[in-house]
Amino acid sequence: MAFMIEVRGLSKSYHYGQSLKHTATMRELLVGAFTSPFRKQPVEAKAAQNEFWAIKDVTFDVGQGEIVGIIGANGAGKSTLLKILSRITDPTAGRVTLRGRMASLLEVGTGFHPELTGRENVYLNGAVLGMRNAEIKARFDEIVAFAEVEKFLDTPVKHYSSGMSVRLGFAVAAHLQPDILIVDEVLAVGDVAFQKKCLGKMSEVSKGGRTVLFVSHNMAAVENLCQRGILLKQGQLVFDGDAKEAVGQYLQMSTVSNGENSSVIDLSDAPSRIAKYRETPDHRPILQKLEMFTDGDQPALRAVQIGARLLLRFHLHSGRSIPSFTMAIGINNAMSQRVLTLHTVFSPSVGHELSSGDSILECEVPSLPLMPGQFNVSLFIDNGGIRLDAIPDAFMLHVLDSDFYGSGRTPFSGIFVAPHNWRLTSASDASVPEAQAAVHGFAGR
Amino acid sequence: MDPSFELIIEPHKGWQPVDFREVYVQRELLGFLMWRDIKIRYRQTLLGGVWAVLQPLMGMIVFTFFFHRLAGVNGDPQVPYPVFAFAGLSVWTFFANALSQASNSLVANQAMVKKVYFPRIFIPLGAIGAMLLDLLLSLVLLALLMAWYHIPLTSKALLIPVFSLGALLAASGLGMTLSALNVSFRDVKYVVPFMVQMGIFVTPVIYPIRFIPQKYMLLMGLNPMAGMVTGFRYALLGSPASWRVMGLSLAVSVFLFVSGLYLFRRMERHFADVI
Repeated sequence: MAFMIEVRGLSKSYHYGQSLKHTATMRELLVGAFTSPFRKQPVEAKAAQNEFWAIKDVTFDVGQGEIVGIIGANGAGKSTLLKILSRITDPTAGRVTLRGRMASLLEVGTGFHPELTGRENVYLNGAVLGMRNAEIKARFDEIVAFAEVEKFLDTPVKHYSSGMSVRLGFAVAAHLQPDILIVDEVLAVGDVAFQKKCLGKMSEVSKGGRTVLFVSHNMAAVENLCQRGILLKQGQLVFDGDAKEAVGQYLQMSTVSNGENSSVIDLSDAPSRIAKYRETPDHRPILQKLEMFTDGDQPALRAVQIGARLLLRFHLHSGRSIPSFTMAIGINNAMSQRVLTLHTVFSPSVGHELSSGDSILECEVPSLPLMPGQFNVSLFIDNGGIRLDAIPDAFMLHVLDSDFYGSGRTPFSGIFVAPHNWRLTSASDASVPEAQAAVHGFAGR
Repeated sequence: MDPSFELIIEPHKGWQPVDFREVYVQRELLGFLMWRDIKIRYRQTLLGGVWAVLQPLMGMIVFTFFFHRLAGVNGDPQVPYPVFAFAGLSVWTFFANALSQASNSLVANQAMVKKVYFPRIFIPLGAIGAMLLDLLLSLVLLALLMAWYHIPLTSKALLIPVFSLGALLAASGLGMTLSALNVSFRDVKYVVPFMVQMGIFVTPVIYPIRFIPQKYMLLMGLNPMAGMVTGFRYALLGSPASWRVMGLSLAVSVFLFVSGLYLFRRMERHFADVI
């Protein structure tokens, strides 16, 4: 079967000079036309030297019913790609074939006019998005009910709260019934309850067999909604495959760009090591090297997602055997508050003696319960209460958003996450345990 | 899956005609945009739709007093000057307002241009189309004026749609071109009011076409509105007219419209990038 979307070698370039071109150069253009009528647009020729490829040679296919998340850092070319696919701007090279009715939603409430009433705007917005008058009429009540603005239908939209106009905008878009839906960041708006509703509607759309391209910075939403992820980096497609893997790669990539591009940290001459431990009898401190891993034994570039596995593998060296060896890992938040201490004394399975020579010590947190943020990690090694090595603030650990609760939303508010269940029982029916409804993952405030 | 929906997106190069199929499929949107422009034009005004006729009406009063009474300008000896002036003003006002609205339309609707695709041409055309209602209202007032002055309608009035269409084509052609230029060159914002201001003097609105010496007649015909204003007076008031001027003006209008379509199409691919 033919693909719904075929993208072949798609490229788009912009010129740096372009912003200059349209400020005060009509005179230049006219003068140019008179003085050298045969030279073709001198301004553009000049600008060609400063061209910049927002998208370069991107190729992929999307089949029917697929939901594909497009992710990447700011400036990676996501918006340009969507703008080309939704025909807002022309590509410079390449070709896209769309098979089916396409609707794109790059903004909620495009074309809303503040002076028009809610009712009038529904019709106008529907028409702008490509709905026919009859279609809008048929779905009007549904749209209004979804947006929860029944009472204000005949009020000009300028009197609406921003939440109300966003709801109305999304409601119109959600009732489009295209074969291909292109959505950009719409979930970044609206209150939490409405975001949940939008996510629900989106997955409903996808179950209806429609093809969806979804661009978002909300990694939880991408993981939750999409089976497939496309990762863009500097205008090029760098990964196309499983959505979870794409998100993982993106998150690793985003920490790489901070200059910390290794999952291996050399501790042998850590600058923050307390000075007196720097000089050891054989000129080698105990803490030599650290490797980090996350889920699936993937190397972690000092970043892990909420709830992901964190495996720290320390390479130790000792000139002599240490009979009462202990190690502590202190994790402090940005306010220098200790949020977590990992200690060998908490783990009876670790032996108490460190033999002379090289050893490997692993510490595994099966599911890291910290909320996103940056954490300072300090390392300490003792022998029966006598400190042998200490590296305060040895490295920064980034904890990144994830869909920890499987609700399609990243957890919010708080320092920790913990799996939890809710049960709602009617008081009169309390004797019937089957009536219990487990609302797993509902993160109440 | 309907194979007729297959759509290919490729770089566009050179001159291309407007995709009339797409314009036809989405024609309802043009209607919506016209309706929107009409709805919001007089929202939050005290006089509302009265403004549509007040503008040519005030023009008529001022012209009658200053040019006719004081300066002694005579329109057509067969018709009272106020009706003569109003007949010209009705179509001229339509043209002037349509051109002003259209040339600013793309920039005014840039949020839409950047966020959703539809035939861009609907934006200036919608702004112009919305002005047709004003033209219709002033024609009603003109009919009342003619009744007041006992000027009978003749079969020549059947030509009114032809001259209205001519004015519509001229306004659309120039409107499309100027709105597209305005995206890159905001100079247009200053050019258009000036054009409109000067236009009323180089078009026989205040004075009759017979004031123009024969040797300049063809030059006059190059002004599309010269023929339309003259045509309006010919069709409604039976004023003398020059077929050469009217024919040339109509041809110029058609040319402006067609070239506007092509120019707009050529420039529209950069709209979202430079607006």
